[in-house]
Amino acid sequence: MYASLKWLGDYVDIIPKHHELADKLTMAGMEVKAIQTIGSNWNDVVVGHVTAVTPHPNADKLHLVTVNLGSQQITVVCGAPNIRVGQKVPFAKTGAKLIDGHTGKIALLKPARIRGILSEGMVCSEKELGISENHDNILVLSSEAPIGMPLDDYMGDVIFDLDVTPNRPDCLSMIGIAREIAALTGKPLHLPQICYEEAEKAISQFISVDIIEPVLCPRYCASLITGVKVAPSPGWLQQYLRSYGMRPINNVVDISNYVMLEYGQPLHTFDYHKLNDKQIIIRRAKDGEIIVSLDEIKRTLTQNNLIIVDMKKPVAIAGLMGGFDTGVTSTTTAILVESANFNRGAIRRSAEQLNLQSEASIRFGKGLNPDLPPIALKRATQLLLQLTGGKAAEGIIDIYPGKTAPHAILLSSKEVKRLSGLKVNINEILRILNTLGFECQKTDSVPAGISVLAPYWRSDIKCAADLAEEVIRIIGYDKIPITRLSASLPPQKFTPQRSLKQKLRNTLIGWGFQEILTYSLTSLEKLQKLSSKSKLRIDPLQIANPMTKKQEYLRTTLRAGLLTAMANNQKHEETGIRLFEIGKIFLPQHSTAIRKNQNLETGEKELPQEKEMLCIAFGGSQGDLSWRDDRKSFDFFDAKGVVEGLLKQLGLVSVFEPCDDEGLLLGKSANVILDGDKAGVVGNLHPRVAQAFELSDTICLIEMDLDKLMSKTNMAKRYQPIPQFPSITRDIALVIDRQVAFQQVENIIQGFPLVKKATLFDVYTGKQIPEGKKSFAIRIIYQSAKRTLTEKQIDKIQQQMLNKLHRELGTTLRD
Amino acid sequence: MIKSLEKLRLEALAELEQVSELKELESWRVRCTGKKSKLTQALRSLASLPLDERRKIGSLANEIKVDLELRMDEKKKFLEEEHMASFLKQEGLDITLPGKLMPTGRLHPVTQALDEICSIFTRMGFQIAEGPDVEWDYYNFEALNIPPEHPARDMFATFWVDSKETGESARLLRTHTSPMQIRIMEKEQPPIRVLVPGRTYRYEATDATHESMFYQVEGLAIDTNITMADLKGTLFEFCHCLFGEERKVRFRCDYFPFVEPGVEVAVECLNCHGKGCRLCGYSGWLEILGAGMVHPNVLKRVAIDPEKYTGFAFGMGVERIPMLCYGIDDIRLFYNNDIRFLKQF
Repeated sequence: MYASLKWLGDYVDIIPKHHELADKLTMAGMEVKAIQTIGSNWNDVVVGHVTAVTPHPNADKLHLVTVNLGSQQITVVCGAPNIRVGQKVPFAKTGAKLIDGHTGKIALLKPARIRGILSEGMVCSEKELGISENHDNILVLSSEAPIGMPLDDYMGDVIFDLDVTPNRPDCLSMIGIAREIAALTGKPLHLPQICYEEAEKAISQFISVDIIEPVLCPRYCASLITGVKVAPSPGWLQQYLRSYGMRPINNVVDISNYVMLEYGQPLHTFDYHKLNDKQIIIRRAKDGEIIVSLDEIKRTLTQNNLIIVDMKKPVAIAGLMGGFDTGVTSTTTAILVESANFNRGAIRRSAEQLNLQSEASIRFGKGLNPDLPPIALKRATQLLLQLTGGKAAEGIIDIYPGKTAPHAILLSSKEVKRLSGLKVNINEILRILNTLGFECQKTDSVPAGISVLAPYWRSDIKCAADLAEEVIRIIGYDKIPITRLSASLPPQKFTPQRSLKQKLRNTLIGWGFQEILTYSLTSLEKLQKLSSKSKLRIDPLQIANPMTKKQEYLRTTLRAGLLTAMANNQKHEETGIRLFEIGKIFLPQHSTAIRKNQNLETGEKELPQEKEMLCIAFGGSQGDLSWRDDRKSFDFFDAKGVVEGLLKQLGLVSVFEPCDDEGLLLGKSANVILDGDKAGVVGNLHPRVAQAFELSDTICLIEMDLDKLMSKTNMAKRYQPIPQFPSITRDIALVIDRQVAFQQVENIIQGFPLVKKATLFDVYTGKQIPEGKKSFAIRIIYQSAKRTLTEKQIDKIQQQMLNKLHRELGTTLRD
Repeated sequence: MIKSLEKLRLEALAELEQVSELKELESWRVRCTGKKSKLTQALRSLASLPLDERRKIGSLANEIKVDLELRMDEKKKFLEEEHMASFLKQEGLDITLPGKLMPTGRLHPVTQALDEICSIFTRMGFQIAEGPDVEWDYYNFEALNIPPEHPARDMFATFWVDSKETGESARLLRTHTSPMQIRIMEKEQPPIRVLVPGRTYRYEATDATHESMFYQVEGLAIDTNITMADLKGTLFEFCHCLFGEERKVRFRCDYFPFVEPGVEVAVECLNCHGKGCRLCGYSGWLEILGAGMVHPNVLKRVAIDPEKYTGFAFGMGVERIPMLCYGIDDIRLFYNNDIRFLKQF
């Protein structure tokens, strides 16, 4: 909301220090986002009167313009097409600092010879004065502008750009803001005196009004003015509208806009003679009903639109915009002024459906008070009589089916203290609320309390907490004391999930993995790239109103985001990339559960299951380009090692089983099994998926279910004593069929007593090894917790072991 | 005899002086103190001397031998050090060659900010709780005193899963972490002191200062006798922990439908220290938090008696904090996941 301090000055004395005023408003809840000063740099710019315009002798598009400045006459060259004799214009003398119309920079005005004619001074455009971007035309001032007056004195101003919160529609008006300023600065408020003469013929003889939808239209007021002469508005009115950023149109339209900005009540003016059968009805539109609105757009209406109709057709969309056919034109002589109250919800729905936001719909949509329409109506009528020369019919139409009784709120000094921590005397509370327009009465129903009635413009005030805020915001939030919470501390809880996540994150970054966070929303296209099948395994939850196709579905996997980030980074990284994300995936549930307090039938929608996952992707060379490193690429066993390392950190041991994950390469991927339960997968990304995401290199992928990790993590770790007795180490080299998995060998070895550890340190195929066979070199460490082992004992065990390996797996010792 | 011994000593020391390598030192030893050296011979010839002379010369010869051996050890030590120095000079490393880097990953700057925020509030006794990203209209709006068509809904442009016409049983992506206030208060009785970090979503076109997804941290404290002064103390302490003890903090009136009175907390601009600059929109202040006393309607909704209990709630955007601290001018950088950006934190 733009507010001109000059305009506000009509209602309240404005303190001269604008920044102080802005601070007060900001602290009290109405933030001043920006302050614009108009005219502070207009030295040597004055009001001039154009007395002659003749063609430039040497240029078709230029004129020689003679301007009377009061004390002198000056002739200058001017190129503006809208210059006319008789206009009042802003005239800059040489030495003035103006904004250059072409470069936009501030430049000093110097005498200049333009096509052979000396020009000392300039008639200015709005852009040159820094008011707007308009540089095509010169700014034409009101005919009342005093010749020779410095322009700053005539139209200088300070404009506050205010952030009005949704609870304060009353402050979408000059008077609303002036009330705040009055309360904050202790200055008196001056409201316009409204009185005017009425003609004898009663308004009821001109028009009748019928509200069919009293819930949607709690009040409808109207006045009628005949003998109207439509003409341009006076300068002060034009200037006020401009200060808000509105273009002046004509006196009738300008007055309705002016009163809307002054009181916050939108008005509409009909050309009375264009209304059929002198009847106004407020009803819902029928589906398919059509109106051409003031902006000349044909709009098709539905039952969601509240409309104003005459006996034949819609004449306005209630609260949004009037109809084109019944609008005021230059030939209008009689007008019907509408000042009504509409239900905020109805107006919001209607505006949203028609995609028609206007100054009116913004105000109605925030909820206005039904006490306001007659006040604004009378103010508009008064101004219309003053400025259009018309006569008002006797009385106004005032249909008010939605009248409600005001309700009193009790407030005590104790309650203010209970909420704010600030001790405020009841008399001080009373004084503050009075300055804000509240009616207060001392009451016996609460100790040291008052009974408060909110003024009509404060529909937002409903309970004692609202009143407490009013009191302390006027005193100032900076007066609230600073204390530390003294309330009792609730019992602290066990949150292992958080520690688990922290442990995983810290381990991974220690290994050089970079954490990333990707969007929860993704596209169907991306999810499909992960799968070989045309149908997705899990149907993702769709957003009803996505912003873009790229973010239309809730992710059912972290893979898509991670692989996209991988591909983007591969474009500029020349070494290997290691990324991970810990985040939620969203799995739709079609549960039959019945929600608390709701009779949702079976099969009804449910919130999706939100499951926390860890996903890791890495690929490329292991080390950075360096004089020291060999630059081996990551492979499956690096990925498996990451899983094993993470699980070790958590005190877990897993089994790896072949998997058929459709995104991973068969034979180079595995399910991670914890206690017989699948907790994740690890493997090389399927080349088809890699290609779809435009990835190069072999990509290793790991996906783990955090809930599974959580449930398997053994919180009660037990200490193992450090071995007291020496160990004995034996290396063996086994030759074995290629199909035999190492796991089978390892299981047999580990099954023997005293085997502390078996480490595979070489896998070999090739020379010296028969076709179809491979060789495993394994170091076995034997140790007892009870005694020193003898070579003899170990020889015996190892022989049994070799026999068993031979018997069950067909192994032989390598020569 | 004495003279010739003294001469031997002088000759030997003069030769030792000339020795410049460890190998030569050994031959010097053999020559000057070895079995066949003149000195040893002189000692052997002692037997033929009279007793008192033998004693005198013997002790001198011994003294010379000990002296020479001592000098030799010194020389040896000296030569060894010299040798090592010259060896290192040839064989030492170019220590300006780059070291072998240990792999370094980083936590995402948003995770780092979340960890910092959570750690400050957990020290004040707040407990961390998390809630669903996909919410019912009821929790996101209705129960928070924002009924359908309330003008405050304009503050929360929403991604809907179901049509919003469905009312309070429409599903949506939560627009703030505040729904957890309701979920927590439904389950627990005061005293309550929780902190809710999480993802939130707004139906907004993205640009340098707007994202459709961002993180928030919500705080809630309910008990008897909690006032705005406690809120002020808690949040001022938080701002001082995060931005430094000297940082000025501002507490002003603002509006959020689920609190009353409502508060906005701003800190003195980190860039201009309150003088006014582009970062702070020339106001000198950076808005950090929205807060207020929990609205009595919200308490009534979860059957907590507003006559008996009061409480405060606050919420803050997380990305804004690293943006302000590190001078990041585009919020989109956080979720583009370019490691050239992420590695900087």
